[in-house]
Amino acid sequence: MELTGAEITIRCLQEEGAEYVFGYPGGAVLHIYDALFTQDQVKHILVRHEQAAVHAADGYARSTDKVGVALVTSGPGVTNAVTGIATAYMDSIPMVIISGQVPTHAIGEDAFQEVDTVGITRPCVKHNFLVKDVKDIAGTIKKAFYLAKSGRPGPVLVDIPKDISSHKTEFSYPSSVNIRSYNPVQQSDLGQVKLAVQLLLAAKRPMIYAGGGVILADASKQLTELVHLLGFPCTNTLMGLGGYPATDKQFVGMLGMHGTYEANMGMQYCDVLLAIGARFDDRVVGNVEHFNQEKRKIIHVDIDPSSISKRVKVDLPIVGDVANVLDDLLAELRGSKEKPDQQAIAPWWAQIKEWRGKNSLVYKHSDEIIKPQFVIEKLYEVTQGEAFITSDVGQHQMWAAQYYKFDKPRRWINSGGLGTMGFGLPAAMGVQLAHPGAHVACVTGEGSIQMCIQELSTCKQFQLPLKIIMLNNRYLGMVRQWQQFFHGNRYAESYMDALPDFVKLAEAYGHIGIRIEKPSDVEPALKEAFERKQQLVFMDFITDQTENVFPMVQGGKGLSEVILAEDL
Amino acid sequence: MRHIMSLLTENEAGALSRVSGLFSARGYNIESLTVAPTEDPTLSRITIVTSGSDAVIEQIFKQLNKLIEVVAVMDLSEGEHLERELMLVKVRAIGSVREEMKRMTDIFRGCIIDVTDKTYTIELTGTGQKLESFLQAIDRSLILETVRTGASGIGRGDRILKL
Repeated sequence: MELTGAEITIRCLQEEGAEYVFGYPGGAVLHIYDALFTQDQVKHILVRHEQAAVHAADGYARSTDKVGVALVTSGPGVTNAVTGIATAYMDSIPMVIISGQVPTHAIGEDAFQEVDTVGITRPCVKHNFLVKDVKDIAGTIKKAFYLAKSGRPGPVLVDIPKDISSHKTEFSYPSSVNIRSYNPVQQSDLGQVKLAVQLLLAAKRPMIYAGGGVILADASKQLTELVHLLGFPCTNTLMGLGGYPATDKQFVGMLGMHGTYEANMGMQYCDVLLAIGARFDDRVVGNVEHFNQEKRKIIHVDIDPSSISKRVKVDLPIVGDVANVLDDLLAELRGSKEKPDQQAIAPWWAQIKEWRGKNSLVYKHSDEIIKPQFVIEKLYEVTQGEAFITSDVGQHQMWAAQYYKFDKPRRWINSGGLGTMGFGLPAAMGVQLAHPGAHVACVTGEGSIQMCIQELSTCKQFQLPLKIIMLNNRYLGMVRQWQQFFHGNRYAESYMDALPDFVKLAEAYGHIGIRIEKPSDVEPALKEAFERKQQLVFMDFITDQTENVFPMVQGGKGLSEVILAEDL
Repeated sequence: MRHIMSLLTENEAGALSRVSGLFSARGYNIESLTVAPTEDPTLSRITIVTSGSDAVIEQIFKQLNKLIEVVAVMDLSEGEHLERELMLVKVRAIGSVREEMKRMTDIFRGCIIDVTDKTYTIELTGTGQKLESFLQAIDRSLILETVRTGASGIGRGDRILKL
């Protein structure tokens, strides 16, 4: 039987097991929406802005091991989606975006709602396609899912002109994909693995530095085993939190610009560094020249060869799927006659203990005013560390990363690479849909939340009982912090005047709003909110306006040039 | 350092802009870029002349390989290779200059492919350096127009970039 391109598109999504598609209709995707309407296998989540559709698909993907799917119309539908696509691209999130395009005969004529979608999205997708023949839809979507999920994951966009979605052809879904120019490395070079194990066993001051690649490869079990077997300290990047249990005694906390003192000092002064699924980015190692002043051997495991020796020259590269490489490292280590020598690294642990003694995450408690860190600590206690936490971008994001101890992967959902304000709420919607019974909290600020606040309406429509933890300091806090440190306290445009009454706003959208102004009310409010399993609760925490995120490694500085709260 | 990269890409619309977009997005240099289909109509061959430190060249190589439509990449300058560039030069050729220009063209093993009573169009092939030398050897004021293709390159002997 012949199907239309639109019907084929939906059939492909069914074949791929897509549970949800997050989208917004419009002229160029009308046929596809019509095809969605006549089936109920793939459920559509109607957002209020295309950026949110992509973030929601992204949150869905990050909290599961599945590919997120978004559907947007041509022109402004696509341009609105670009922020979401770039966010997913920077964090290597598997996603398929289907966009409508003006009819093929109108392409290039500056038609209504026409943009060069493939051109606009090219730098922020893993790959993209413009489908020019209805016969190519099935094969292209198959390729899109394969590309999105395999190798280093990423968003893939399929642009379908309106006429192509109405043309008819026979449907058959390809069972396999072969792209001759695309063969991501799966298995690592065992010779390299042997060399790595030798280096690790000879280390006197070892450090394991694991990033988002561990989460994406679902390799946190292997990582934990390896760290335990070696007895080495382990740090996670912002993207890697939950990849190694934060409550484990070998965990030294997050590293980087707002990492713990012990993690950053450990990175700087180790003699053997095992980097796994991480990319030495500027927020992690800061000043590369400063980092290179200390001599150390670096082993770098990554699926993407271009991540290796990009910013920091590596001694021993191992290209491969992180899970497979960790399996190989574990097997090699277990089979080795030499065993990790805990005596040899005891002085190093003593040094780390001394650094830990700095207690770099300490902050001044107050009975008068709510400290933002305190809210996160209470959030951790009330949810017993079991919640899915999404965040926006800024100070609240760093505090959530520092004070919520993630023991499991895929629980910490944030825009690390692109740093997209507005990510948290829509991402939380995707997470909640993927995990219907789970506690999902969005930690946000009064700046970020307003970038996608319209999604409170989506939450109402689909009855998503999110808990919004808004740390309201009436400032764009991270901007203000930098202005305080580096711009002589000139708070240019970082003050938020004329804020809405968020409690009333939440109520206007049909949710519950609570304002919390006293430290003693924090815990009861959180408890009450999480007990409301069926309702979205918007918590407006009025926090200390001038609190800063510490420790801090300033941009362009080295990891050991850290500012602690006590220094000021 | 100057490097010459050879690429085989899928012969699809968009492959070239992915390659050139990569260079501009990441701030890499393009000195010249040539592209045309190969004997296999599904493949295009691109030659890019670029420059950068060893670390930058390593990244260029890896980033090119990462593009889905790039089938194969070779850094020709890592081994023995040949490169040629084609140039067309239109010169003012009046009076005694006509003979002089003909002689220079012969010396550089070029040929005159179009003649009018006032102009010659000269075709010249060689390395970029040879083309430069020709332009320096003739009277600059006579040059009306030059067109250069940019370098095409191929490995020597058994160095072959093929599927």
